[in-house]
Amino acid sequence: MRLIEQLVEWFDARLQLGSTIRETAEHPVPRETASWFYVFGSAAVVVFMLQIVSGIMLALIYVPSAGEAWNSLQTLNHEVSLGWYARALHGWGSEFMVAIVLIHMVQVFWFGAYKYPRELTWVVGVFLLLMTLGMAFTGQVLRFDQDAYWGLGIGASISSRVPIIGPPIVNLMLGGPIIAGATLSRFFALHVFVIPGLLIAFVAVHLLMVIKLGINEWPMPGRVVRKATYVKEYHELTRKDGIPFVPSAVWKDLFFAAFILIAIAVCAAYFGPFGPGGEPNPTIIQTAPKPDFFFLWIYAVLSLLPPSMETPALLVGPVIGIVLLLLLPFVSGEGEKSWQRRPVAVLLILLLAVAFGTFTRRAEHAPWSPVMGAWSGMPIPPQFLRNRTALERQGALVFQAKQCHNCHALGNEGGERGPALDNVAVSMTRDQLIRQVIQGGGNMPAYGKNLSPAETTALVTFLQTLHPPGQPPARDAARDAANGPAGALSSPVR
Amino acid sequence: MSSPGDGDVSRRALLMKLGIVFNGIVAAILAVPLVRYLLSPVSHGRKGAYQSWFALGELEQFPAGQTRLATYVNPVVNLWDGMTGDVACWVRNIDGKKFQVFAVNCAHLGCPVRWFPQSGLFMCPCHGGVYYQDGSRASGPPERGLFEHHYKLENGKLWIKAGEMPTPGMVSGIATGKPPCA
Repeated sequence: MRLIEQLVEWFDARLQLGSTIRETAEHPVPRETASWFYVFGSAAVVVFMLQIVSGIMLALIYVPSAGEAWNSLQTLNHEVSLGWYARALHGWGSEFMVAIVLIHMVQVFWFGAYKYPRELTWVVGVFLLLMTLGMAFTGQVLRFDQDAYWGLGIGASISSRVPIIGPPIVNLMLGGPIIAGATLSRFFALHVFVIPGLLIAFVAVHLLMVIKLGINEWPMPGRVVRKATYVKEYHELTRKDGIPFVPSAVWKDLFFAAFILIAIAVCAAYFGPFGPGGEPNPTIIQTAPKPDFFFLWIYAVLSLLPPSMETPALLVGPVIGIVLLLLLPFVSGEGEKSWQRRPVAVLLILLLAVAFGTFTRRAEHAPWSPVMGAWSGMPIPPQFLRNRTALERQGALVFQAKQCHNCHALGNEGGERGPALDNVAVSMTRDQLIRQVIQGGGNMPAYGKNLSPAETTALVTFLQTLHPPGQPPARDAARDAANGPAGALSSPVR
Repeated sequence: MSSPGDGDVSRRALLMKLGIVFNGIVAAILAVPLVRYLLSPVSHGRKGAYQSWFALGELEQFPAGQTRLATYVNPVVNLWDGMTGDVACWVRNIDGKKFQVFAVNCAHLGCPVRWFPQSGLFMCPCHGGVYYQDGSRASGPPERGLFEHHYKLENGKLWIKAGEMPTPGMVSGIATGKPPCA
C-alpha cells in the first residue's frame, strides 16, 4: 500500500493534476441533481467509449475495399472466433448510443437546461447529435451489403436535387461516377477518422462547459432564469444546498452506465450482429432496400409526401430543423425552466415522439411498397372464387397475371399500395371500374394498353363479384332509368 | 514612462504577427493542391470523362418486342471495385430497329426497378414508383420517367453511352427527350 501511495505521489509531483482532478470531482452540485434523470449524458460517453474499443477491434479484420468488405464481414461473422460478437456489440452499441443521445437531448429540453448560461452547451450538443447520426449512417454504409449499396444510391439521389451544385456533390460523395471502391473508402475515412475525431473534441468541450458552468439545477415552478441574477443564484444554491458530485451524485451515473453496458452485451449475445444482408451486387435487382431503425421515419416521410413537396421538404426541412434547434437557447434563453410552466415544450416533445413513432411504425410495415411477389406467390382466397362463373374466374386469373395483387389486397393478402378490393363492387359501378382499369388515375397506372377487351371484361366482371353477401353491387341509377329496369343492356352480371 | 524593453517587445509582437501571416500563407499554398485533390471526382466528371460508348451485347440477346435485363462492367472502374463495378440496365427492343435502354435506378431515389412483362410495368420496391413500358411515369412518387441511356446499333451490336449513376439532379449525358410512344 505504501508503495502505491509513493508511486501516486511521484506521478502527481510531475503531472500536477491531482488537485485539479480532486476539485473537479468534488465540485458541489445542487442536491436534487443527484437524480436518475441526470444519468443519460454520462451513459452516452460510456457507450461512445465502448464504440471506440469495439470499433478498433473490428478494424483489425475489416477490409475497407468495395471488393472485399462484404467477404471480410462474413469472415468476422463465421470464421474469426467471437468476431460475430464484436460486430454485434458495435452494432447494438450504435443503436443504444443514438437512443441515449436522443433521450439525453429530450431530458435537457424538458428540464430547460439549455437556457442561460448553457446556450453554447446546447449548441455543441446539437452538433454532437448530428455527428452521432452521421456515425450511424456511415456505419451502415461500412456494413457493405445490398441495403448499404442502395442506401447510398438514395443518399446520392437526395443530394443531387440541391440546385446547381447537386451533381458535383454526388460525385464528391461517391468519389466518382458510381457507388464503388472510392465510395466505401471515403465513408471509411469519415466513420473512422473524421467524425470520431470531431466527436472527441466536441465531447471534451461539452463536458468542460458542464463542469465550468455547473450542472443544471432541478427546475422549480417560479424559479425564473434571469441573465442578471442567474449565476449568483446558482452559486448560492450550490453553496447552501450543494453536495459533492463525487461520490454523492456519481454513483447513479455509474450504476446506469453499467446497466446500459450490460443491456448492450445481452442484446449483442442474444440477437447477434446486424447483417450483412445480400452481397452488394448492383445487378441483383431483386431487393427491397430499407434503412436502419433510426432512419426508418425518413423512409416513411419520403413515401408519404406528395411529389411536388418532396424536393423542398428534403432540402429545406433538415436545414430548418437544425436552425431551429440551434436558435432555441437564444430565443428562449430566459424564463421558466419547469415543465409545469412550459406546456408548449411538453406538447412539442409528445408530438415529435408520436410522429417519430408513427412514421417508424409505418415504415416497418411499408404499405406504399408493392408486394413484388404477390401476383405469383399469394393466391386469391377461396371465398372470392367459390360459386363463380367461368368468366368471373377468368377475371380472377387476369387479376393475378397482370400483377393487380401486388398493389391491391384481397382478404388481407397482397399489396397495400392501392385500396383493398374486398368490397370494391359496392363503391364503384361497372363503368367506373372499367374506366379506372383502362385509364388509371389516383396513383394507379393505366392498363389500357396491356389489357385486351376480353381481359378487361373478365377482370371487371370478377371485380363486380367483390361485395358483402347481403349488399348489392353499386349500379348506375341513371342508366337503369334510361334502359328500363328489365331490359338493361349492360346490367351488372351479378 | 516607458521602460527600456518596450520597443523590443513591440518588435517581437510584430515578428509574431508576421510569423502568423507567414504560416497562413504557407497553409494556403499547401491547401491548394490538397483541395484540388479532394475535388478530383468533380473536376474529372466535368470533362465528361465518366460517360463513354461501349457495346452492351449482341442484338440477338434482345428479341424484338421484349424488355430484358442487361449487365455491363462500368467503363470507369477500379481494380478494387469488385462487384460494385457491374451495373444493370433494362433494354427494350421496341420493333427490332428502335430500342430504349433504361437505367435500373428509379427516378425517385435510385432503387432498382423491376420489369413485369405481363402488365407492362416497371415497379420500384422502395416507395412504389411505377412506370409504363416506354419508361414514362405511371404512378407513385417519381416526378419523371425512367432515366434513358443513348444507344446506337453498330456491327450487329447494341452500344450505349453510360458510365455515371443517373440521379434526379444529373441529366447530362443521359437521353432526356420524351421516350417514343409505345
